[in-house]
Amino acid sequence: MNPQHEPTLVVDRLTTRFAGRGGSVAAVDEVSFHVAPGEVLGLVGESGSGKSMTGFSILGLVDPPGEIAAGSIRLKGRELRGLPAREWRALRGDRIAMIFQDPMMTLNPVLRIDTQMIETVRAHRRISRDAARALARDALARVGIPSPDERLRAYPHQLSGGMRQRVAIAIALLNAPDLIIADEPTTALDVTIQAQILFEMQTLCRESGTALIWITHDLAVVAGLADRVCVMYAGRIVEQGGTAQVLETPAHPYTRGLLDSTPAANAQPDATGRPQPLRQIPGMAPSLKELPAGCAFRPRCTRASDLCGQVPPAVELAPGHVARCFHPLPTVPEVKP
Amino acid sequence: MSAQQPAQTAALQEAPVKAPASGSPRAPLLELRDIRKIFGARPDWLERLGQRLGWLQPAATVQALDGVSLSIAHGEVVGLVGESGCGKSTLGRIAVGLHAPSSGKRLWRGTDLDALSDAERRRVGLGIQMIFQDPYASLNPRLRVRDLLAEAPRVHGLIDRPSETDYVAALLRQVGLDPAMAGRFPHQFSGGQRARVGIARALAVKPEFLVCDEAVAALDVSVQAQVLNLFMRLREELGLTYLFISHDLGVVRHLSDRVAIMYLGRIVESAPSAEIFSRPAHPYTQGLLAEAPTLKVEKKRFLAIQGELPSPLAPPPGCHFHPRCPYAFERCRFEVPNLAEIAPGHVSACHLNSA
Ligand SMILES: Nc1ncnc2c1ncn2[C@@H]1O[C@H](COP(=O)(O)OP(=O)(O)OP(=O)(O)O)[C@@H](O)[C@H]1O
Ligand SMILES: Nc1ncnc2c1ncn2[C@@H]1O[C@H](COP(=O)(O)OP(=O)(O)O)[C@@H](O)[C@H]1O
Ligand code: SF4
Ligand code: SF4
Ligand SMILES: [Mg+2]
Ligand SMILES: [Mg+2]
Repeated sequence: MNPQHEPTLVVDRLTTRFAGRGGSVAAVDEVSFHVAPGEVLGLVGESGSGKSMTGFSILGLVDPPGEIAAGSIRLKGRELRGLPAREWRALRGDRIAMIFQDPMMTLNPVLRIDTQMIETVRAHRRISRDAARALARDALARVGIPSPDERLRAYPHQLSGGMRQRVAIAIALLNAPDLIIADEPTTALDVTIQAQILFEMQTLCRESGTALIWITHDLAVVAGLADRVCVMYAGRIVEQGGTAQVLETPAHPYTRGLLDSTPAANAQPDATGRPQPLRQIPGMAPSLKELPAGCAFRPRCTRASDLCGQVPPAVELAPGHVARCFHPLPTVPEVKP
Repeated sequence: MSAQQPAQTAALQEAPVKAPASGSPRAPLLELRDIRKIFGARPDWLERLGQRLGWLQPAATVQALDGVSLSIAHGEVVGLVGESGCGKSTLGRIAVGLHAPSSGKRLWRGTDLDALSDAERRRVGLGIQMIFQDPYASLNPRLRVRDLLAEAPRVHGLIDRPSETDYVAALLRQVGLDPAMAGRFPHQFSGGQRARVGIARALAVKPEFLVCDEAVAALDVSVQAQVLNLFMRLREELGLTYLFISHDLGVVRHLSDRVAIMYLGRIVESAPSAEIFSRPAHPYTQGLLAEAPTLKVEKKRFLAIQGELPSPLAPPPGCHFHPRCPYAFERCRFEVPNLAEIAPGHVSACHLNSA
């Protein structure tokens, strides 16, 4: 719970490749980050950038033709890469929990909520059904489900989408995991429900010291939730740092482009009344099969030079603020570009 | 820059005299008046018999729209916002004529659409087109783009065979696609390109009015920005009018002249965009704005709206919002608040306005 403690999770130069016709592609390419106890790390990027594959790699859920090709994943100092499938299974749902965009990836449609929750507890701990049931009821109450005793007896289809996602979150919390990986869990929900869930997750992780990786394509969600942010593009983390560092003084041209592309609900009305066009990023995200050499953002980047034909190294521009770019934007006034 | 002009529906005159509520001298392009829509599971003959004999309960019905009025002026962009299931798509579908309302009127330039002959209504209908969230589902996967785009104008006699290729090329250019792509199938495009094809197809019959139902919701933010810019450019170039349905307040704020907020089948507030975002009056709107994620880096520590949208099968009596409203008082529990003008062009339905 103490922030000075060693990180819960340290991912170091993780590379996950998919073999295919015409060679293999790196869906996750030399990705490094860490998450401390009670910390919320936002992992953002557009579809196909490798967010989910990063999550699946940490969960040991990469299936052939995919494989973790390099790097290390350490949970509380223990190396997970190369762990036998049985041990990895024992970790999942216990020390590492996951929440998916579709709660039905977690929930079994033909089992009552109580049955599923009690099984989850008893799969990892030797306690009585009654004790497990009490834990389940407690977890439902903590995620803001009204009348939890009644809900325990419900089947998933009897609940709304928002309720189902809360139940999935409650299941993730059951065994007080060290790490939760949440992959776009509120993307399909209304803003009012999303706000409630974001608020509850934040409080729960802070209180229990659980490290949380929140995967989303929505920069606005991480702005209100995350302590630190990683921005992914074409399999690489192109920028990471404190949430304010990354969103208020982005260093990487791609992060800047994403921010400029986001229409803001809090934009000040302008004098003309007519909206200015959004400053859009030209072109489109490349396919992993035909990535340009060097910086993958080069064909869309206004700052690109010949140097960008090399792969840009990760450079720390300010304490904790790292970008992979040869020509970063000025980060804070004191730092020279 | 483009040869396309909005189609003139010559048979339809300007509306007679009645000025719309906004005070504009012209009739709105489209006016929806007191629209109700009730969906019911349609019973089969056995169920009907059972119900008639009193063995079975009548099937549950959903009142998807409960007396909605909305008028949209020529050239205006109206944003329609609300939680899932509140009736946005139903209203959009009624606007384009994909659903018939259970009651209420649809007026096009002041003319009642139900009073027209079928042939006339079909021609007017061409002027109102819909763009869907998922261009994949709405584009026939077996047709090449060339045929997808030429199909409707061909059927309606807007183009002849020899001019087809040029017509399709002009449409593709208009939405920022290379005319060389005319021979491709929908699956050969990226998501953003497919969205453009969907827009081109709607434009093919030269509409004046587009209903966009979550048209950018499935797109990544960088692609979404490109498509939003396209919508704005087309509005200027073709003088289009939009009803823009979206759950994303940022998108709506960016695009709309006026915003209408829906809650469980009713419009609860409507105002010019700048006004609604700076001075939201209805407690539900205030809550929505407070909870919309923004790029401001700050931890939100409060929650404005508790609970979930109640089931539309059994909406709460009185003000539908009262079970979640922090200001609810006795009257809200049984009396439906009416929309009342609280500032020029700004209406809100809340008992606090008259308390
Ligand atoms: N064909 C139908 N038959 C029965 N009920 C329907 C039908 N279409 C819509 N409804 C119901 O009408 C209500 C309004 O639905 P509608 O699709 O208009 O919502 P919406 O505001 O567009 O929601 P979303 O944001 O999820 O798209 C819902 O309760 C829905 O279940
Ligand atoms: N089974 C697979 N075979 C080949 N490539 C895959 C497979 N699964 C994912 N990928 C590729 O990995 C990349 C990253 O995917 P993903 O992590 O799901 O992206 P995100 O979650 O950021 O949208 C994508 O380019 C995707 O096409
Ligand atoms: S390394 Fe070069 S191409 Fe890549 S983002 Fe930086 S300036 Fe642009
Ligand atoms: S009428 Fe009452 S319940 Fe409805 S929004 Fe106003 S104060 Fe709240
Ligand atoms: Mg994903
Ligand atoms: Mg809808």
